[in-house]
Amino acid sequence: MAEARWELYSHPSDIGVRGLGATREEAFAQAALALTSVITDLAKVQPKEAVEIECKEQDNDLLFLCWLSSLLYEMDTRRMLFSRFEIEAIEGGIKARAWGEPVEVARHEPAVEVKAATYADLKAERQSDGTWIAQCIVDV
Amino acid sequence: MFAEKLKKRGEAQWEIAPFGKMRVPIIIFADEGLIRDMDEQVYQQAANVAALPGIVKASYAMPDAHWGYGFPIGGVGAFDPDAGGVISAGGVGFDISCGVRSLHTGLTYDQIKGNEKELADLLARRIPAGVGSESKLRVTSLEMDDMLQGGALWAVEQGYGHRADLRRIEENGRMLGAEPRYVSDHAKQRQEKEVGTLGSGNHYLEVQRVAAVYSDDLAKAFGLALNDIMVMIHCGSRGLGHQIATDYLAKMIKVAREEGIELADKDLACAPIKSEVGKQYYGAMCAGINCALANRQVLMHLTREAFAQIYSRANLTLLYDVSHNTCKVEEHEIDGHKKKLYVHRKGATRAFGPGHPSLPEDLQASGQPVLIGGTMGTASFILAGTTEGMTLSFGSCCHGAGRAMSRSQATKRWHGKDVVMHLAQKGIIIKGASPRGIAEEAPGAYKDVTAVVNATEIAGLARKVARLEPLICVKG
Repeated sequence: MAEARWELYSHPSDIGVRGLGATREEAFAQAALALTSVITDLAKVQPKEAVEIECKEQDNDLLFLCWLSSLLYEMDTRRMLFSRFEIEAIEGGIKARAWGEPVEVARHEPAVEVKAATYADLKAERQSDGTWIAQCIVDV
Repeated sequence: MFAEKLKKRGEAQWEIAPFGKMRVPIIIFADEGLIRDMDEQVYQQAANVAALPGIVKASYAMPDAHWGYGFPIGGVGAFDPDAGGVISAGGVGFDISCGVRSLHTGLTYDQIKGNEKELADLLARRIPAGVGSESKLRVTSLEMDDMLQGGALWAVEQGYGHRADLRRIEENGRMLGAEPRYVSDHAKQRQEKEVGTLGSGNHYLEVQRVAAVYSDDLAKAFGLALNDIMVMIHCGSRGLGHQIATDYLAKMIKVAREEGIELADKDLACAPIKSEVGKQYYGAMCAGINCALANRQVLMHLTREAFAQIYSRANLTLLYDVSHNTCKVEEHEIDGHKKKLYVHRKGATRAFGPGHPSLPEDLQASGQPVLIGGTMGTASFILAGTTEGMTLSFGSCCHGAGRAMSRSQATKRWHGKDVVMHLAQKGIIIKGASPRGIAEEAPGAYKDVTAVVNATEIAGLARKVARLEPLICVKG
């Protein structure tokens, strides 16, 4: 089985986040790491406190969008950055814990705020080799 | 597929006749150079807009057009509510009412020369900018609805600025039609600490010098003279606007499906203007506009405080405040009849010509000031709306330089520290917390703003009044 991983990919005006994993939840967690790396160096974010997030959507694409949008909401209202994620599948969606810490501008040097996760290039699906991919372009 | 269908219609004006599902033509304003470099996706996106129900006259692309979510950035589309017309969250964008405010400082270059650094340091301390920054102003949930109803007027009532500022803001500083009850709690919560913050990305506060004047008459009407010191603030409705867009895109996708509206792209999500969701989005978006107007009003107040601390002779007055991500109900002449239309401008600036009833008396003769933000290393421009523009593009023009390369390409090519050093040699002070954030906004990552503005003028959408060069940039 391929190793779980994340990546950022180039886009004319914004940037794409992509997570790959053995399960849907693993791919979502990886994509969340990619999301944080749009903002700052992931290694600088310590997983000190946890926030619980629950998302319910029938469609995997929309569930993924709900997941990223919920994270953006938590980052914005709590002024936090996240670097560790645990996600489990529940009836009709996912339940997650995101660990992180409050933003410290001098230490994190956050480059940019993510305004929203978008439908552009949105995909959350099992690939032909059985692994999962979750991706979309984010508006910065 | 699109480029070969382009027909030149006039100087800096091109047309693609309707084909496929398009209901109206595409009209692009650009010179030969800009059209040659225009991304093929702009045509595709403009064609997708041209296929939406109730669109009137044409789907327009401004000279700075580039790929956007659903609608292109630099896209303008007007819809007739009586012909099944739609309102689109993707046609406004994720940063509702993102816009530009330009202030006179009452100072000239000679008066600030030599202590730019002190001013830059003070502004950087006073203006909350970048990720994680917070406003000292807290808006409780009780006050939130008042802010969303009142806009800049609300901010003035809270002690941020003067009543005289309001008449130099679109809609006199307060967008009517706002319905805070249609804004989600999540959206409101995102705003509690963000009123009076700049945000990040391409948002900024700049101190600028008037470096060129193109029309003496218009410059006089706008109170501008060579070497005047101006301040330009570029930002929008912050977390609240982003959340409204996220919330309503999801709702509109469902409505579009139920109404049988075919969406070439989900980010085009729209609903009939007369539908429940259409009306709710309009009310929420107007609340988002007020949020942006309040935000820029508070930022102007903070700027005034900073200037007052250093320069006793500073007198900061508002030239104008205009948004470039909106949908507004406007009256336009169609086939000889006045018609109320929902005009979407996404990355496009309203540019009303002389005599428009919405303009204050002292701008009636000149037309509306049009504020075009450039990059931190080049220049910004002030233009004036024209009479021809009213029929050419529903009184709309470009909004800025427009990106020419992706953020990741920019960070590969430049380092933030080098960008800051290079600009310092040109006499420009950059204040920003993140070197990567600065690299992403490097001037070279953008199209040539001068070419964009020249094409806008040649097309007749607006007239050039002045060029402003940056001295200090507080980067969001």
